[in-house]
Amino acid sequence: MKTAEFATSGNETMLLNLGPQHPSTHGVLRVWLELDGEVIVNADPDIGYLHRGIEKMCENRTYHQCLPLTDRLDYLAGSANNLGYVLAVEKLLGVEVPKRAQYIRVLMAELTRIASHLFWLGTHGHDLGAMTPLFFAFREREQLMDLFEMVWGARMFPCYFRIGGLAADLPEGFMEKAWEFVKAFPEQFKDYHSLLTKNRIWISRTKNVGVMTKDEAIDWGWSGPMSRGSGVDWDVRRDTPYSSYQDFDFKIPLGENGDTYDRYLVRMEEMIQSNLICRQVLEKMPGGDINVQDPTIILPPKDKVYNTIDGLINHFLLIQKGITPPKGEVYHAIEAPKGEMGFYIISDGSAHPYRVKVRGPSFINLSPTKVLAKGQMLSDLIALIGTMDIVLADVDR
Amino acid sequence: MNTATEKLQAKFPDAVVDIYEFRGDTTVIVKSDMLVEICTFLRDDPETSFRYLSSISAVDYLPGSYLPASPRFAAVYHLYSHQFKNRIALKAFCPNDENPALPSVVQVWSTADWHEREAYDLMGIKFIGHPDLRRILTPPECEGSYPLRKDYPQEGF
Amino acid sequence: MGIEEHLGNNVLTTSLEKLVDWARKNSLWPATFGLACCAIEMIVTAANRWDIARFGMEAFRASPRQSDLMIVAGTVTKKMVPAVVRIYEQMTEPKWVIAMGACASSGGIFRSYAVVQGIDKYLPVDVYVPGCPPRPEGLLYGILKLHEKILKDPFLSQKYRDQIVPARREHEHGH
Repeated sequence: MKTAEFATSGNETMLLNLGPQHPSTHGVLRVWLELDGEVIVNADPDIGYLHRGIEKMCENRTYHQCLPLTDRLDYLAGSANNLGYVLAVEKLLGVEVPKRAQYIRVLMAELTRIASHLFWLGTHGHDLGAMTPLFFAFREREQLMDLFEMVWGARMFPCYFRIGGLAADLPEGFMEKAWEFVKAFPEQFKDYHSLLTKNRIWISRTKNVGVMTKDEAIDWGWSGPMSRGSGVDWDVRRDTPYSSYQDFDFKIPLGENGDTYDRYLVRMEEMIQSNLICRQVLEKMPGGDINVQDPTIILPPKDKVYNTIDGLINHFLLIQKGITPPKGEVYHAIEAPKGEMGFYIISDGSAHPYRVKVRGPSFINLSPTKVLAKGQMLSDLIALIGTMDIVLADVDR
Repeated sequence: MNTATEKLQAKFPDAVVDIYEFRGDTTVIVKSDMLVEICTFLRDDPETSFRYLSSISAVDYLPGSYLPASPRFAAVYHLYSHQFKNRIALKAFCPNDENPALPSVVQVWSTADWHEREAYDLMGIKFIGHPDLRRILTPPECEGSYPLRKDYPQEGF
Repeated sequence: MGIEEHLGNNVLTTSLEKLVDWARKNSLWPATFGLACCAIEMIVTAANRWDIARFGMEAFRASPRQSDLMIVAGTVTKKMVPAVVRIYEQMTEPKWVIAMGACASSGGIFRSYAVVQGIDKYLPVDVYVPGCPPRPEGLLYGILKLHEKILKDPFLSQKYRDQIVPARREHEHGH
């Protein structure tokens, strides 16, 4: 339809369709491009090729059953989505988990942030022609995947946090392996800097590409490394802390020019800061319970279930019916690797959420593409999509 | 939060229908006809400075299922102020149940563009004044049906 | 007996079918068709730890004309189906399809209005790899099973499609 209009409209530009199957679009993103030679006159992203109806599905499941669905939102950072959802439901219930669970959650979230940024580094470099950082970044990412597999048994989709705590405590030997990783990471990290940061090709492909000023970034709803690259001094972990982030000391890297190169530097520094947070968590890890002591939320321990009648009934009701928060609505946002991830949950007092709205950061980070791509070359659009670090499942939900 | 709600009540006494707080979150129910003025005021006033729109959520309160006597469709706007580090939620109900419509706030926050397109696509709320209101997420065969409404089955047709 | 005695140990004799199949299976080039989360595990399979280059498959071609294997990795939504089928039709014979993951095999965890419950409703699938996502070893096992299949059905790829696919479509749609 659009092609037919174009062919007869008589203007000098060319309509090019980028995607939905294209190696450098990080998933099924389609961009309708109007090109004047190599320069983009108009770029219209067409999304929805991975819209799976997660928000609708959440309405027919209990609160715990929604948890595996949230894993699949930003699939590179499963723990972050879980954390956002679980914290929102706990806010709705009005409970706070014990310190040990909070620290473990922070550890998992920060390790996931490093894993997500490593993947971003590899694929962003690969898109712009730098194939070596991909293999280097995956070297560390595989070490992280091994750590994750020790704790929650899978590589990508954790579903480790539970409403009211965690599924299980950390296994034996995890702390030592985590220490090994945290100590070795800064040295291995120097490899990435040496490959890209002062590389002339990298600089010429990323400097002054996709520039957003501070006010524009706030106006367009950018958050996370995207807005910090433009100089907006905002990090949800520091400004509205959750899950004991206020106990840790970390810097927030800021960019100056708001271009792709600054966002690259911001994300690189964020990896080091996340490593620092992990180190502090491992040093200060408290002992104690991992679940809140509330029989209406947490399953009773197995010996009570098998040996006492009230334990059995409690377990039965929680599995059959699920938890029932009071009527009300909450919005809770966390600092996911891509930006501000928010969950708006409305509860009608029953075991199924009435409405779950996911504020996906990638959806909003992608929205000003039309404005940013105008006047740029086609290859700059690829750099732009790479720097936005979009995950299509987060865009489309 | 208290400054924002007080200033809103002082400046727009007829438009504010209700204010309630739950678990530390403040929600202000406003009338939909004054929505753009309220949003502009909240963004520009130096004591509130809500320059950031987090999300616009469309909600379907099917009569009888949750709130008994309310109109059916609502849009909830979550705002954040970097300066004062606080959040507020504005809820605006659509006056008409058959053709739900609200004024668009794209001129206040540019990010509302895609949020409103998504709310239109999934819930069917039209935003008057939106420059380019068309489907964004659902496939073309869903034309005319809005999947997130309560009367649309999860597995589709 | 016969000619092999005179040739000695330096010459192999085989049939043309076996030679062609061996060549095909050892250099299957996948088309980049990562749709969702399974694409990440597919990329990881091609990366340093589970090097898919050992099987001759590191050349993920972007153009379907140059590839022989389509690994449908991820959820196929109704909006995406025309693109999937078009890419499949653009691939040149012989071609094979691996449905990687639960979503491509049968819709997976997503039983909703927007998700196709399995890509085999639209394409003939040769190997199904279950998992959500399947581990890289799982995908490699699926690929090895496909290699066995290629060795077993020489030159039959066109006949397979002529006979099996219409039969399946008839079974499902009743005409």
